[in-house]
Amino acid sequence: MDLLQLLISGLANGCVYGLIALGFVLIYKATEAVNFAQGDFMMLGAFLTLTFANSNELGLPFWLACILAVLVMGVVGYLVEALLIRRMFGESQIAIVILTISLGIVLRFVAGVIWGHEPQSLESPLAGREVRLGGLVLGFDDMTIIIVTILLTAGLYLFFAKTKIGLAMQAASQNQLAAYYMGIPVKRVHALVWALAGGVAAIAGILFAAKGTIDPSTGLLGIKASAAAIIGGFGSLPGALLGGLIIGLVEPLSSRYVAAGVSQIMPYLILLIVLIVRPHGLLSQVRAKKV
Amino acid sequence: MGEPLLKIENLESYYGPIMAIRGVSLEVHEGQIVTVLGANGAGKTTLMKTISGVMDPEKGTVKLSGEEIQGRDPDHSVRKGVVQVPEGREIFPLMSVEDNLKMGAFTRTDRAGIAADIDMVYRYFPILKERSTQDAGTLSGGQQQMLAIGRGLMARPRVMLLDEPSLGLSPLLTKEIFAIIKRLNAEQKVTMLVVEQNAKIALEAAHYGYVMELGRIVMGGPAEKLRASKDIQEFYLGQQGESQRGQRRWKNRKTWR
Repeated sequence: MDLLQLLISGLANGCVYGLIALGFVLIYKATEAVNFAQGDFMMLGAFLTLTFANSNELGLPFWLACILAVLVMGVVGYLVEALLIRRMFGESQIAIVILTISLGIVLRFVAGVIWGHEPQSLESPLAGREVRLGGLVLGFDDMTIIIVTILLTAGLYLFFAKTKIGLAMQAASQNQLAAYYMGIPVKRVHALVWALAGGVAAIAGILFAAKGTIDPSTGLLGIKASAAAIIGGFGSLPGALLGGLIIGLVEPLSSRYVAAGVSQIMPYLILLIVLIVRPHGLLSQVRAKKV
Repeated sequence: MGEPLLKIENLESYYGPIMAIRGVSLEVHEGQIVTVLGANGAGKTTLMKTISGVMDPEKGTVKLSGEEIQGRDPDHSVRKGVVQVPEGREIFPLMSVEDNLKMGAFTRTDRAGIAADIDMVYRYFPILKERSTQDAGTLSGGQQQMLAIGRGLMARPRVMLLDEPSLGLSPLLTKEIFAIIKRLNAEQKVTMLVVEQNAKIALEAAHYGYVMELGRIVMGGPAEKLRASKDIQEFYLGQQGESQRGQRRWKNRKTWR
């Protein structure tokens, strides 16, 4: 029973990691840029929700605050692409990496100036409520995280498989030149992918904040999430979630059964093992181009 | 014959400091198949890219029914009706055949028309219907070329730019592809500008032809005239001019040099 309890809370954590990793992969797949500010997008999304929802701030209804935060982060993502990333066209990968890392640092300090560096908590209707199932205590927050992640994944799947713009995003990521030839406005599609990643980051941020406190350095979670993305196979959306879940599950288990400090290094240990055994990640989509 | 559908005047395009096409002018009339012949590096692909808007010209104009379309983003050109079927197929490898076709119709919004055109493409390329749910990357080279042409058709182009449709295909498949190109031209009234290295088959299919060398158009005329031309025969169709003494004339010069 104890183990099951641990697994559920680990699963919920894993979902949050998975969602951040999803943002990494979305952008990488579509635009071949790696957004190292993804974790900071998440932090920003969480703080925005807090500003909209908390009673000492704007005090809007919780659901409205969530929607607003997701929309605002979508706009932020769009603008980051349109104003910054697009200008880096033709520059090397590493230049974009440095740009997004520094963007993350800037966002962290801007958030520090606005919201302070003290941990704050989001007034969420989920906090502290739980259902008891046999000997099992299921927190509303954990359950919500898992359900929202499942719904979001299904929604994204349908979006990419069925909608025209989702298909266009796939097309632009698989063959950018051909997408141009077909009249797909590739630049706008790229900006929309960033907007999508921003929205997903905001959702991850809300879910994370629903479980605990947030402060500007929460964004550093992005590093762990990037490990999740690599474990899953950078470039695979299901892989990102899988990587997140693996890390989420391994952390509490290792601190429970091995030693407290070990959980800190476990994600990266798994990352190393995966890179040695399956360098392309667990669920990679590597296929040689036919000539 | 009236106003040409596609009229290109004095087009110049650069790759950085290198001038790839040097003042090209040509015309494509409605309903025609026009071919541009030329060796590697003659600037044929650059010409196509400049017409479809993937590259911007330094000078010159591309006019579609009298309206200038050069120097804009490719989605503008596609909306206007100029669609390029790129060299080397360039399909979307991890998407199904049908989704590839749908992407060809990205600029259109008429659902019924799109569905009808998918059926039309399947009629011309029955093999694509058989493979419609398969990932496009798993198709053979010839099937991928068919998919690329079908995808181009999905935009309902007024002018279709075909860049080396024979690239990497067997002679038999090349023949098959060109037969379909001719049928599409005759039955669907698709105007085509075809760039080819395989001069023989291109001149058989085309109504009109141009010869491009080192970024310039050096010759142009109706296809049957080009087929009969000595220079074309010798340099592009691979027939050797024999002198009276039965030897190859080594110092032969092209008339346009």
